[in-house]
Amino acid sequence: MASEPRGWKVLPFAALPYKLSLEYKTGDWRALRPIIDYNKCVKCMICWLYCPDMAILWDGENVRINLDYCKGCGICAHECPVKAIKMVPETEAEG
Amino acid sequence: MAEAKSIPRIPLEKQTLIAVNGDEAVAYAVKQSLVDVVAAYPITPQTIIVEKFSEFVANGEVHTEFVPVESEHSAMSACVGAAAAGARAFTASAANGLALMWEILYIAASLRLPIVFAVVNRALSAPINIHCDHSDAYGMRDSGWIQLFVENSQEAYDTTIQAFKIGEDPKVQLPVAVNLDGFFLSHTLENIRMLPDEVVHEFLGGYRKPVKTFVDYLGKEVDVVLDPANPLSFGPLDLYDYYFEHKMHQIEAMKNVPEVVRRVNEEWYELTGRKYGDGVLDTYAVEDADVVMTVIGSTAGTVRHVAKKLRNKGYKVGMIRIRMFRPFPFNEIRDLLKDVKVVGVMDRGISFGSYGPSFMEINTALYDLSERPMLVNYVYGLGGRDAPPKDIEKAYMELLETAKTGVVKERLKFLGVRE
Amino acid sequence: MTEAKSPYELIRYEHGKKVQQPLILNLRKLAEERKPILLPGHRLCAGCAAPLIVKLAGFAFRGPTIAVSATGCVEVATTIFPFTSWAIPWIHNAFENAAATASGIEAAIKAMKKSGRLPYDHIDVVVFAGDGGTFDIGLQALSGMAERGHDVLYILYDNEAYMNTGIQRSGGTPPFAWTTTSPVGSVIPGKPQEKKPIADIMVAHRMPYVATATPAHWADFMRKVRKGIEVDGPAFIHALSSCNRGWRHEINVALEISRRAVDTCYFPLWEYIRGKGYLLTDRSLAIARNPKLKQPVEKFLELQGRFRHLLKPENRHLLKQFQEYVDAVWEDLLNRAVNAPK
Repeated sequence: MASEPRGWKVLPFAALPYKLSLEYKTGDWRALRPIIDYNKCVKCMICWLYCPDMAILWDGENVRINLDYCKGCGICAHECPVKAIKMVPETEAEG
Repeated sequence: MAEAKSIPRIPLEKQTLIAVNGDEAVAYAVKQSLVDVVAAYPITPQTIIVEKFSEFVANGEVHTEFVPVESEHSAMSACVGAAAAGARAFTASAANGLALMWEILYIAASLRLPIVFAVVNRALSAPINIHCDHSDAYGMRDSGWIQLFVENSQEAYDTTIQAFKIGEDPKVQLPVAVNLDGFFLSHTLENIRMLPDEVVHEFLGGYRKPVKTFVDYLGKEVDVVLDPANPLSFGPLDLYDYYFEHKMHQIEAMKNVPEVVRRVNEEWYELTGRKYGDGVLDTYAVEDADVVMTVIGSTAGTVRHVAKKLRNKGYKVGMIRIRMFRPFPFNEIRDLLKDVKVVGVMDRGISFGSYGPSFMEINTALYDLSERPMLVNYVYGLGGRDAPPKDIEKAYMELLETAKTGVVKERLKFLGVRE
Repeated sequence: MTEAKSPYELIRYEHGKKVQQPLILNLRKLAEERKPILLPGHRLCAGCAAPLIVKLAGFAFRGPTIAVSATGCVEVATTIFPFTSWAIPWIHNAFENAAATASGIEAAIKAMKKSGRLPYDHIDVVVFAGDGGTFDIGLQALSGMAERGHDVLYILYDNEAYMNTGIQRSGGTPPFAWTTTSPVGSVIPGKPQEKKPIADIMVAHRMPYVATATPAHWADFMRKVRKGIEVDGPAFIHALSSCNRGWRHEINVALEISRRAVDTCYFPLWEYIRGKGYLLTDRSLAIARNPKLKQPVEKFLELQGRFRHLLKPENRHLLKQFQEYVDAVWEDLLNRAVNAPK
């Protein structure tokens, strides 16, 4: 994931960061994966709102977990008012 | 490379003659320099700069936002914020006020913000002393700032304006400290010549313009500024994999400074008829001197006066006033002093447990010569102790004696202290 | 297959464009029309409330905004070089000077506008600072900023200790809390001192707007952020930011703990509007109207390892002291709040 660190002659001025953290996939921190039961989901958007990692996305139709960044904190599962999200160990989860 | 435009000389009649003290001279320079933000906290002997400037603000004579901060640490912090937002920023302080903003000095330099800072040199506590010495400026010599020292109030006015141009040069982008001696210059009345406003505006190219850099995630070159059109993050966390490289940027930028200081000095000469040596060093009678005294600040006037007197008596003496202390002009010092027999280095401050900072720099400058001058460090003037002509003359005579005997009896001497 | 457009974007405002984004509290609409000011890939701990505070605050911004951070968890975890998680312009200066830095930026914006060089009608300046950089080392700069009346919104994300350096006590640490510099020992049971009433201190500065908030009471929080931005002059929001590492709680209960903090009146929700006075809001107003809703303080403590010793039978007297402290602060607030039932 990380490329060779740059030498000083090619780094931007004033120590300005030149990459977005989007390139740093925190998804590999996960021990538990949230699984959404779409039969139960009422699209209240609470999980989307409360995800500290912006790892839940709304596409206009459904919420979905962005596994690139989800750290598996389980806040979404805990807060879901209809208990539509289950936290499943990564080792057991498919894909 | 842009063709240097020839700068038309402003005739003396158009340069208004006013009687001001050094602090006021700085305030007038700031007034004319299209400064956006002045954030300052009072400390003797800088107070008059900010008081005078406050009058300009209260009378609507400047567009500057004056931020009367609650400490010097906040003064420099506010300047950092302002400069990062694209503003031309200025502050002033001295002694313990400067010491309080110490950590932010490093940040200002490493974020490459061309803030201008008038340091009205004063001794550091304890005991508390409000008078002139250079320990405050010496204390910031490692911080990455450009340090210029002036000899008189005219130079204080001239150099403050020049400082904005030097710091904002695209090859430099570093903050600049303009040092003037507390009380000797700050509170002493002198006649100075001031330029018309528009001339200063033109000299500085108008308001501050940001530089550009390429940032990958924006996919283009952008202005280095806090700008909602192109979001940038200033002041990240560096781990051990990048900090060193970022420091190299500052080290490289320092290498570009002497040329810019010299060029701006030349441009100022074309504009006003005034120049200060070559901008970096100001010399008197060094070419064939046996003995040379180096000095920083207003005492240079006394040293030059004594040197002239001794020359008239037939002694081959000279002096160098160091105007640019950081970056230190090693090569020029070496070239000027290589054939001199003895160099007396005056320091109005000392690094406890070692020598005066100028002495250590000059020592380093001369080290590689196969035949080097002898060096004596004269620490003088601490806490505002006067350095009258007779003390300087005594020092010169000691140095001449040393030149004759070829032996340095004492390397570190103290001028004007009671045993 | 073509690469899908990233759902995450930088937030950019074209020079010269006039923008006034309304406050949106309809979550569907919010998701469709607003982008978070923080990008994923930041390295705050799993389950940390601080990025939520930044995210929710960002949703309440109204246009071009510059953010300032003090040294701390948020600053460090969002800008590990060469990466940045900030979708808006941002600066970090040092630990104790976020307010001074913001003051300088605000002054620069005014000066550039005065001289016709600001490419916008207005740029809002918002500070995100932790309790370390606010209660203690940053208090002077904040007080100065308030006294000078700069138009800056200062958002304090209070995780009640110096978390970034390893959970050391701060002026914001509550009494009896375990921290590494106020450990629970055989002689001293956690922090001996009370929590500095930072929001009240800011009220005493007669700032136009001061409020307390938690990310769990999100609509209340967003309204308060918006008010803070719209007010002309300094505004201060004290947001409770639970820390699962330092408070020793499960990583999925950040919002649960915030709710209990308010339900037990440990962290009441209120706002101060200069000229009007203290006003209870949201759940705290409900509790004031119906005191039966007030929960015993154990409900807040029982989820947190840092207070574990208070729930031991031999420490009943300490628990009582803690309840009395919470009750005293709540009573005081009820007496001051102009909308509390008499």
